[in-house]
Amino acid sequence: MSRKVPEIPSASLADIAFMLLIFFLVTTTMDVDSGLERRLPQWVDQDQIDDNTQIKERNIFVVLVNTNNDLLVEGEPFRIEDLREKTKEFMANPNNDVTLPEKELKEVPYFGEVEVTKGVISLQNALDTKYGTYIAVQNELVGAINDLREELAKSKFGKSYEQLDEDHQKAIREIYPSKISEAEPKKVD
Amino acid sequence: MSKFRKKGGKELPPISTASLPDIVFMLLFFFMVSTTMREVTLNVKVKLPEATELSKLEKKSLVSYIYVGEPLPQYQKVFGKAPRIQLNDQFADVSDVRDYITAEREARSEDEQPFMITSLKVDENTKMGIVSAIKQELRKAAALHINYSSRKKIQR
Repeated sequence: MSRKVPEIPSASLADIAFMLLIFFLVTTTMDVDSGLERRLPQWVDQDQIDDNTQIKERNIFVVLVNTNNDLLVEGEPFRIEDLREKTKEFMANPNNDVTLPEKELKEVPYFGEVEVTKGVISLQNALDTKYGTYIAVQNELVGAINDLREELAKSKFGKSYEQLDEDHQKAIREIYPSKISEAEPKKVD
Repeated sequence: MSKFRKKGGKELPPISTASLPDIVFMLLFFFMVSTTMREVTLNVKVKLPEATELSKLEKKSLVSYIYVGEPLPQYQKVFGKAPRIQLNDQFADVSDVRDYITAEREARSEDEQPFMITSLKVDENTKMGIVSAIKQELRKAAALHINYSSRKKIQR
Protein backbone atom coordinates (compact mmCIF):
# COMPACT_ATOMS: atom_id res chain seq x y z
CA MET A 1 0.00 0.00 0.00
CA SER A 2 2.71 2.39 0.81
CA ARG A 3 4.38 1.86 -2.56
CA LYS A 4 3.88 4.54 -5.18
CA VAL A 5 2.62 3.82 -8.66
CA PRO A 6 5.76 3.83 -10.80
CA GLU A 7 6.00 6.74 -13.24
CA ILE A 8 5.51 6.05 -16.94
CA PRO A 9 8.84 6.61 -18.63
CA SER A 10 8.67 9.57 -20.98
CA ALA A 11 12.03 9.05 -22.61
CA SER A 12 10.46 7.77 -25.82
CA LEU A 13 8.02 10.65 -26.11
CA ALA A 14 10.57 12.60 -28.11
CA ASP A 15 10.98 9.72 -30.55
CA ILE A 16 7.25 9.48 -31.09
CA ALA A 17 7.02 13.19 -31.69
CA PHE A 18 9.94 13.03 -34.10
CA MET A 19 8.23 10.29 -36.04
CA LEU A 20 5.07 12.37 -36.37
CA LEU A 21 7.13 15.38 -37.35
CA ILE A 22 8.91 13.48 -40.10
CA PHE A 23 5.61 12.12 -41.36
CA PHE A 24 4.24 15.63 -41.74
CA LEU A 25 7.43 16.89 -43.33
CA VAL A 26 7.21 14.23 -46.01
CA THR A 27 3.51 14.28 -46.80
CA THR A 28 2.83 18.00 -46.89
CA THR A 29 3.90 20.87 -49.05
CA MET A 30 4.39 24.45 -48.12
CA ASP A 31 4.17 26.12 -51.51
CA VAL A 32 1.44 28.68 -52.01
CA ASP A 33 -0.25 28.24 -55.31
CA SER A 34 -0.31 31.34 -57.37
CA GLY A 35 -0.89 32.12 -60.99
CA LEU A 36 -2.58 34.25 -63.58
CA GLU A 37 -6.27 34.34 -62.90
CA ARG A 38 -8.49 34.43 -65.96
CA ARG A 39 -12.09 33.86 -66.86
CA LEU A 40 -13.02 31.87 -69.91
CA PRO A 41 -15.95 32.95 -72.04
CA GLN A 42 -19.19 31.04 -71.86
CA TRP A 43 -19.46 28.11 -74.22
CA VAL A 44 -21.59 28.89 -77.23
CA ASP A 45 -22.71 26.32 -79.74
CA GLN A 46 -21.39 26.90 -83.24
CA ASP A 47 -24.82 27.46 -84.76
CA GLN A 48 -25.90 29.85 -82.05
CA ILE A 49 -23.11 32.36 -82.47
CA ASP A 50 -24.68 35.75 -82.63
CA ASP A 51 -23.47 37.76 -85.58
CA ASN A 52 -24.77 40.99 -84.15
CA THR A 53 -21.96 41.28 -81.66
CA GLN A 54 -19.52 42.79 -84.08
CA ILE A 55 -16.53 44.71 -82.91
CA LYS A 56 -15.02 47.55 -84.87
CA GLU A 57 -11.48 47.16 -86.12
CA ARG A 58 -10.19 50.11 -84.09
CA ASN A 59 -11.59 48.67 -80.89
CA ILE A 60 -9.75 45.43 -81.16
CA PHE A 61 -6.14 44.80 -80.26
CA VAL A 62 -4.98 41.66 -81.97
CA VAL A 63 -2.03 39.81 -80.52
CA LEU A 64 -0.94 36.81 -82.53
CA VAL A 65 1.65 34.33 -81.33
CA ASN A 66 2.89 31.99 -84.04
CA THR A 67 4.58 28.60 -84.12
CA ASN A 68 8.04 30.12 -83.67
CA ASN A 69 6.83 32.03 -80.60
CA ASP A 70 7.02 35.33 -82.47
CA LEU A 71 4.55 38.09 -81.82
CA LEU A 72 2.44 39.97 -84.29
CA VAL A 73 0.68 42.90 -82.70
CA GLU A 74 -1.83 44.82 -84.83
CA GLY A 75 -0.10 43.53 -87.96
CA GLU A 76 3.44 44.36 -86.90
CA PRO A 77 6.15 42.12 -85.49
CA PHE A 78 6.75 42.93 -81.85
CA ARG A 79 8.93 42.02 -78.93
CA ILE A 80 7.38 40.85 -75.66
CA GLU A 81 9.26 43.53 -73.75
CA ASP A 82 7.48 46.30 -75.69
CA LEU A 83 4.04 44.76 -75.47
CA ARG A 84 3.10 46.24 -72.10
CA GLU A 85 3.59 49.86 -73.22
CA LYS A 86 1.66 49.28 -76.41
CA THR A 87 -1.22 47.65 -74.55
CA LYS A 88 -1.39 50.47 -72.05
CA GLU A 89 -1.50 52.99 -74.87
CA PHE A 90 -4.30 51.02 -76.49
CA MET A 91 -6.41 50.68 -73.36
CA ALA A 92 -5.93 54.23 -72.10
CA ASN A 93 -5.90 56.09 -75.43
CA PRO A 94 -4.85 59.33 -73.72
CA ASN A 95 -4.96 61.56 -76.83
CA ASN A 96 -8.20 60.19 -78.25
CA ASP A 97 -6.42 58.93 -81.31
CA VAL A 98 -8.81 57.82 -84.06
CA THR A 99 -6.92 54.60 -84.67
CA LEU A 100 -7.18 53.64 -81.01
CA PRO A 101 -10.42 52.44 -79.41
CA GLU A 102 -13.52 54.52 -78.94
CA LYS A 103 -14.73 55.56 -75.54
CA GLU A 104 -18.19 55.77 -74.13
CA LEU A 105 -19.49 57.84 -71.26
CA LYS A 106 -20.40 55.78 -68.26
CA GLU A 107 -21.57 56.51 -64.77
CA VAL A 108 -19.08 55.09 -62.31
CA PRO A 109 -19.39 55.51 -58.53
CA TYR A 110 -16.77 57.82 -56.96
CA PHE A 111 -15.75 59.09 -60.40
CA GLY A 112 -19.02 60.42 -61.79
CA GLU A 113 -19.31 60.30 -65.54
CA VAL A 114 -16.14 59.08 -67.15
CA GLU A 115 -15.02 57.85 -70.51
CA VAL A 116 -14.57 54.14 -70.55
CA THR A 117 -12.70 52.47 -73.34
CA LYS A 118 -14.46 50.02 -75.61
CA GLY A 119 -11.22 48.27 -76.44
CA VAL A 120 -10.93 44.52 -76.41
CA ILE A 121 -7.70 42.59 -76.49
CA SER A 122 -7.78 39.49 -78.59
CA LEU A 123 -5.06 36.96 -77.98
CA GLN A 124 -4.69 34.30 -80.62
CA ASN A 125 -2.15 31.56 -80.82
CA ALA A 126 -1.02 28.77 -83.11
CA LEU A 127 -1.39 25.17 -82.04
CA ASP A 128 2.38 24.78 -81.76
CA THR A 129 2.98 27.88 -79.69
CA LYS A 130 4.92 27.17 -76.55
CA TYR A 131 2.86 27.49 -73.39
CA GLY A 132 5.66 29.46 -71.71
CA THR A 133 5.49 32.15 -74.39
CA TYR A 134 1.73 32.25 -74.21
CA ILE A 135 1.87 32.86 -70.48
CA ALA A 136 4.56 35.51 -70.92
CA VAL A 137 2.27 37.35 -73.34
CA GLN A 138 -0.76 36.93 -71.06
CA ASN A 139 1.33 38.23 -68.23
CA GLU A 140 2.21 41.40 -70.13
CA LEU A 141 -1.42 41.99 -71.08
CA VAL A 142 -2.67 41.49 -67.54
CA GLY A 143 0.26 43.56 -66.30
CA ALA A 144 -0.65 46.46 -68.59
CA ILE A 145 -4.18 46.57 -67.20
CA ASN A 146 -2.92 46.24 -63.64
CA ASP A 147 -0.52 49.14 -64.26
CA LEU A 148 -3.32 51.35 -65.53
CA ARG A 149 -5.48 50.50 -62.52
CA GLU A 150 -2.58 51.20 -60.22
CA GLU A 151 -1.95 54.61 -61.80
CA LEU A 152 -5.61 55.55 -61.53
CA ALA A 153 -5.79 54.40 -57.92
CA LYS A 154 -2.71 56.46 -57.08
CA SER A 155 -4.01 59.63 -58.73
CA LYS A 156 -7.59 59.37 -57.50
CA PHE A 157 -7.30 57.88 -54.02
CA GLY A 158 -3.60 58.34 -53.36
CA LYS A 159 -3.28 54.70 -52.44
CA SER A 160 -2.13 51.54 -54.11
CA TYR A 161 -4.89 49.53 -55.83
CA GLU A 162 -4.22 46.61 -53.52
CA GLN A 163 -4.91 48.72 -50.44
CA LEU A 164 -8.22 50.16 -51.61
CA ASP A 165 -11.64 49.09 -50.36
CA GLU A 166 -13.65 46.62 -52.35
CA ASP A 167 -15.98 49.37 -53.62
CA HIS A 168 -13.15 51.57 -54.84
CA GLN A 169 -11.49 48.64 -56.54
CA LYS A 170 -14.74 47.81 -58.25
CA ALA A 171 -15.07 51.34 -59.57
CA ILE A 172 -11.56 51.22 -60.97
CA ARG A 173 -12.22 47.84 -62.49
CA GLU A 174 -15.18 49.35 -64.29
CA ILE A 175 -13.03 52.04 -65.85
CA TYR A 176 -10.30 49.64 -66.87
CA PRO A 177 -12.03 46.32 -67.43
CA SER A 178 -9.89 43.29 -68.03
CA LYS A 179 -11.18 42.45 -71.46
CA ILE A 180 -8.79 39.87 -72.77
CA SER A 181 -10.47 37.52 -75.13
CA GLU A 182 -8.91 34.12 -75.54
CA ALA A 183 -11.38 32.88 -78.08
CA GLU A 184 -11.49 34.48 -81.47
CA PRO A 185 -14.06 37.24 -81.60
CA LYS A 186 -15.30 38.31 -85.00
CA LYS A 187 -13.78 41.40 -86.39
CA VAL A 188 -15.51 43.57 -88.89
CA ASP A 189 -14.68 46.98 -90.18
CA MET B 1 37.84 30.73 -3.81
CA SER B 2 37.59 27.31 -2.36
CA LYS B 3 33.89 27.67 -2.59
CA PHE B 4 34.02 27.25 -6.34
CA ARG B 5 36.47 24.40 -6.46
CA LYS B 6 34.45 22.06 -4.36
CA LYS B 7 32.86 20.19 -7.22
CA GLY B 8 35.78 20.45 -9.56
CA GLY B 9 36.68 16.81 -9.50
CA LYS B 10 33.24 15.51 -10.29
CA GLU B 11 31.82 14.72 -13.75
CA LEU B 12 29.56 17.12 -15.62
CA PRO B 13 25.88 16.37 -15.02
CA PRO B 14 24.09 15.19 -18.21
CA ILE B 15 21.95 17.77 -19.98
CA SER B 16 18.34 17.18 -19.19
CA THR B 17 16.35 15.96 -22.19
CA ALA B 18 13.01 16.32 -20.48
CA SER B 19 12.09 19.31 -22.64
CA LEU B 20 13.07 17.65 -25.91
CA PRO B 21 9.56 16.31 -26.58
CA ASP B 22 8.14 19.78 -26.02
CA ILE B 23 10.51 21.28 -28.56
CA VAL B 24 9.72 18.61 -31.12
CA PHE B 25 5.99 18.99 -30.54
CA MET B 26 6.34 22.68 -31.14
CA LEU B 27 8.01 21.98 -34.49
CA LEU B 28 5.35 19.43 -35.28
CA PHE B 29 2.51 21.86 -34.65
CA PHE B 30 4.25 24.49 -36.73
CA PHE B 31 4.40 22.15 -39.71
CA MET B 32 0.89 20.87 -39.20
CA VAL B 33 -0.51 24.37 -39.29
CA SER B 34 1.58 25.96 -42.00
CA THR B 35 1.58 23.21 -44.61
CA THR B 36 -1.02 21.41 -46.63
CA MET B 37 -1.24 17.79 -47.68
CA ARG B 38 0.02 16.85 -51.11
CA GLU B 39 -2.99 16.25 -53.32
CA VAL B 40 -1.51 13.89 -55.83
CA THR B 41 1.68 12.15 -56.76
CA LEU B 42 2.89 13.76 -59.92
CA ASN B 43 3.27 11.45 -62.89
CA VAL B 44 4.27 14.22 -65.23
CA LYS B 45 7.13 16.66 -65.16
CA VAL B 46 5.81 20.17 -64.65
CA LYS B 47 8.11 23.15 -64.79
CA LEU B 48 5.83 26.11 -64.37
CA PRO B 49 6.31 29.23 -66.49
CA GLU B 50 7.32 32.50 -64.89
CA ALA B 51 5.05 35.49 -64.47
CA THR B 52 4.87 38.69 -62.46
CA GLU B 53 1.17 39.50 -62.22
CA LEU B 54 0.26 36.70 -59.87
CA SER B 55 -2.74 36.26 -57.68
CA LYS B 56 -2.86 33.69 -54.94
CA LEU B 57 -5.23 30.78 -54.78
CA GLU B 58 -6.71 31.25 -51.39
CA LYS B 59 -9.24 28.53 -50.75
CA LYS B 60 -7.47 25.31 -51.52
CA SER B 61 -10.58 23.25 -50.97
CA LEU B 62 -12.22 24.94 -53.94
CA VAL B 63 -9.42 24.29 -56.37
CA SER B 64 -9.25 21.40 -58.79
CA TYR B 65 -5.98 20.74 -60.51
CA ILE B 66 -5.15 19.71 -64.03
CA TYR B 67 -1.55 18.79 -64.71
CA VAL B 68 -0.04 18.71 -68.17
CA GLY B 69 3.51 17.75 -69.03
CA GLU B 70 5.94 15.16 -70.22
CA PRO B 71 5.48 11.81 -68.39
CA LEU B 72 8.19 10.98 -65.86
CA PRO B 73 10.96 8.63 -67.12
CA GLN B 74 9.42 5.52 -65.55
CA TYR B 75 6.18 6.04 -67.49
CA GLN B 76 7.75 6.98 -70.79
CA LYS B 77 7.91 3.36 -71.99
CA VAL B 78 4.14 3.09 -71.81
CA PHE B 79 2.98 6.61 -72.50
CA GLY B 80 5.75 8.01 -74.67
CA LYS B 81 7.38 11.38 -74.39
CA ALA B 82 4.58 13.56 -75.67
CA PRO B 83 2.95 15.78 -73.03
CA ARG B 84 0.03 14.14 -71.28
CA ILE B 85 -2.77 15.26 -69.03
CA GLN B 86 -2.90 14.06 -65.45
CA LEU B 87 -6.11 14.17 -63.46
CA ASN B 88 -6.00 12.97 -59.88
CA ASP B 89 -3.39 10.21 -59.92
CA GLN B 90 -3.89 8.98 -63.46
CA PHE B 91 -3.07 9.87 -67.00
CA ALA B 92 -6.11 11.04 -68.87
CA ASP B 93 -7.32 12.26 -72.22
CA VAL B 94 -8.84 15.59 -73.09
CA SER B 95 -12.26 13.95 -73.22
CA ASP B 96 -11.94 12.97 -69.53
CA VAL B 97 -11.63 16.58 -68.41
CA ARG B 98 -15.34 17.20 -68.46
CA ASP B 99 -16.12 14.16 -66.32
CA TYR B 100 -13.37 15.17 -63.93
CA ILE B 101 -14.81 18.66 -63.52
CA THR B 102 -18.28 17.22 -62.97
CA ALA B 103 -16.95 14.84 -60.34
CA GLU B 104 -15.05 17.65 -58.63
CA ARG B 105 -18.17 19.76 -58.62
CA GLU B 106 -20.23 16.96 -57.19
CA ALA B 107 -17.78 16.60 -54.32
CA ARG B 108 -18.36 20.20 -53.18
CA SER B 109 -21.42 21.51 -51.43
CA GLU B 110 -23.86 23.48 -53.50
CA ASP B 111 -23.09 26.91 -52.12
CA GLU B 112 -19.40 26.46 -52.80
CA GLN B 113 -19.79 25.41 -56.40
CA PRO B 114 -19.91 28.88 -57.98
CA PHE B 115 -16.54 29.73 -56.46
CA MET B 116 -14.63 26.78 -57.77
CA ILE B 117 -11.39 27.44 -59.58
CA THR B 118 -9.54 25.18 -61.95
CA SER B 119 -5.81 25.48 -61.69
CA LEU B 120 -3.88 24.57 -64.81
CA LYS B 121 -0.43 23.37 -63.97
CA VAL B 122 1.16 23.14 -67.35
CA ASP B 123 4.80 22.65 -68.23
CA GLU B 124 6.23 25.68 -69.99
CA ASN B 125 7.44 23.63 -72.97
CA THR B 126 4.02 22.19 -73.75
CA LYS B 127 2.43 23.13 -77.03
CA MET B 128 -0.70 25.26 -76.89
CA GLY B 129 -2.74 22.71 -78.87
CA ILE B 130 -3.36 20.54 -75.85
CA VAL B 131 -3.99 23.55 -73.60
CA SER B 132 -6.52 25.00 -76.03
CA ALA B 133 -8.31 21.67 -76.15
CA ILE B 134 -8.50 21.62 -72.35
CA LYS B 135 -9.79 25.17 -72.33
CA GLN B 136 -12.55 24.26 -74.77
CA GLU B 137 -13.52 21.32 -72.56
CA LEU B 138 -13.57 23.57 -69.51
CA ARG B 139 -15.83 25.99 -71.31
CA LYS B 140 -18.17 23.14 -72.20
CA ALA B 141 -18.16 22.04 -68.57
CA ALA B 142 -18.86 25.67 -67.54
CA ALA B 143 -15.76 25.77 -65.34
CA LEU B 144 -14.89 29.26 -66.47
CA HIS B 145 -12.78 30.49 -63.61
CA ILE B 146 -9.26 29.29 -64.25
CA ASN B 147 -5.81 30.00 -62.99
CA TYR B 148 -2.67 29.51 -65.05
CA SER B 149 -0.34 28.38 -62.34
CA SER B 150 3.03 30.05 -62.56
CA ARG B 151 6.09 30.93 -60.55
CA LYS B 152 7.02 34.34 -59.31
CA LYS B 153 9.55 35.94 -61.60
CA ILE B 154 12.37 37.72 -59.88
CA GLN B 155 13.10 40.77 -61.92
CA ARG B 156 15.23 43.86 -62.13
